[in-house]
Amino acid sequence: MVVEMLTVDVEKQLGELSLHAAFESASGATALFGPSGAGKTSVINMIAGLLRPDRGCIALNGEVLFDDTAGINVPAWKRRIGTVFQEGRLFPHMSVRHNLDYGRWASGHAAGAKAFAHVVDLLDIGHLLDRRPGKLSGGERQRVAVGRALLMQPRLLLLDEPLASLDAARKADILPYLERLRDESGVPMIYVSHDAGEVRRIASRVVRLEAGRVMAMGGVELLA
Amino acid sequence: MFQLTPQDWTAILLSLRIATVATAVSLPFGIGIAVLLARKDFWGKTLVDAVVYLPLVLPPVVTGYLLLITLGRRAPVGAFLADHFGIVFAFRWTGAVISCGVMAFPLMVRAIRLSIEAIDRRLEDAASTLGANPFWSFVTITLPLALPGVIAGAMLAFARALGEFGATITFVSNIPGETQTISAAIYTLTQVPGGDVAALQLVIVAVIISLAALVASELLARRATARLHGG
Repeated sequence: MVVEMLTVDVEKQLGELSLHAAFESASGATALFGPSGAGKTSVINMIAGLLRPDRGCIALNGEVLFDDTAGINVPAWKRRIGTVFQEGRLFPHMSVRHNLDYGRWASGHAAGAKAFAHVVDLLDIGHLLDRRPGKLSGGERQRVAVGRALLMQPRLLLLDEPLASLDAARKADILPYLERLRDESGVPMIYVSHDAGEVRRIASRVVRLEAGRVMAMGGVELLA
Repeated sequence: MFQLTPQDWTAILLSLRIATVATAVSLPFGIGIAVLLARKDFWGKTLVDAVVYLPLVLPPVVTGYLLLITLGRRAPVGAFLADHFGIVFAFRWTGAVISCGVMAFPLMVRAIRLSIEAIDRRLEDAASTLGANPFWSFVTITLPLALPGVIAGAMLAFARALGEFGATITFVSNIPGETQTISAAIYTLTQVPGGDVAALQLVIVAVIISLAALVASELLARRATARLHGG
């Protein structure tokens, strides 16, 4: 089995915050943990290719995605990194089914009908397929967003506080889906959160980010 | 006794043709410029912005005259097009398309630009993480979400083109059957003794067409908006 591997070493000045984050992650789920304003979302956006670092490099499975000295910056749409945003960002003018299919149309990395059925089943969203995102609850929306990212056959899945906009009861509803996802999909995950309880359930490795710096890397004992 | 003469009909149909063609031809450019102004920062943007909106503030006669001295038969660009491609705008209905298109352009660009600026760009980011290149994300996300604005812009442009008078009459004159639109025909009728009744009839026709265009645009935009939000 190939061990998927992400290495990140990036710097960026973001207003007052000077972000300098360096860490690695392997297969399974790695949490990017820290208080609000630590720069977690910025790091995620840099890995996804939505935000350009000032300096540094990002590599996935040996492929360099960003390296300022070598002048490499692979655009987001070529990175094949699935991203689940805090607010879901489902396309309001498309049905749930078309949202889920979007990656297949756009990237050509086709997930077949079988994969579609599997993801729909895994996230329990079969009854939502013909609805518009505007008619979904917050929890349903986030499950669809996860499914959409999975169905583009990502090499890495980034989850940026996917539960932050939900109340405690909804969070508890969705966490089991994310656990199943981690165990069954085999896609390595970076899970961003400031909630220690959430991270403890999802991640086995923790990267602790504070004020733009990686303060510690290790197991869940860092959550204390 | 409402009785339209064949000349009236000619002017009405010509107006509709000119306004339709002017709107259709300028729409791709209008979308392009609107995207450029809404999304890109480049050197000289303020100037492009000003030039696009110029026909809105210039006296129409001035716009028409500027078209005449650039696209006229003996004018530099006009002569070049005529000699090399056989394209002539002066005193042709195609020239009226140009003047109507130019006069309507600022309204079209403004409506489309506003609707593009209102789109949540993070949706386009989401599309790019799903593998959509910039063109694909524009076609599948930006354009559909801006559709109500595109419809409004096209309809405004159509209405403006239909009513265009000053620039058109200056550029391509007032030739029945070739460049005489409803507006020009009304103007001509008011210049002859006893033309009042005929002029009034055309005025009524102009009001009906404009109202129909407005109602149609309102209905289309409403339908598009409803579709966007899961109707």
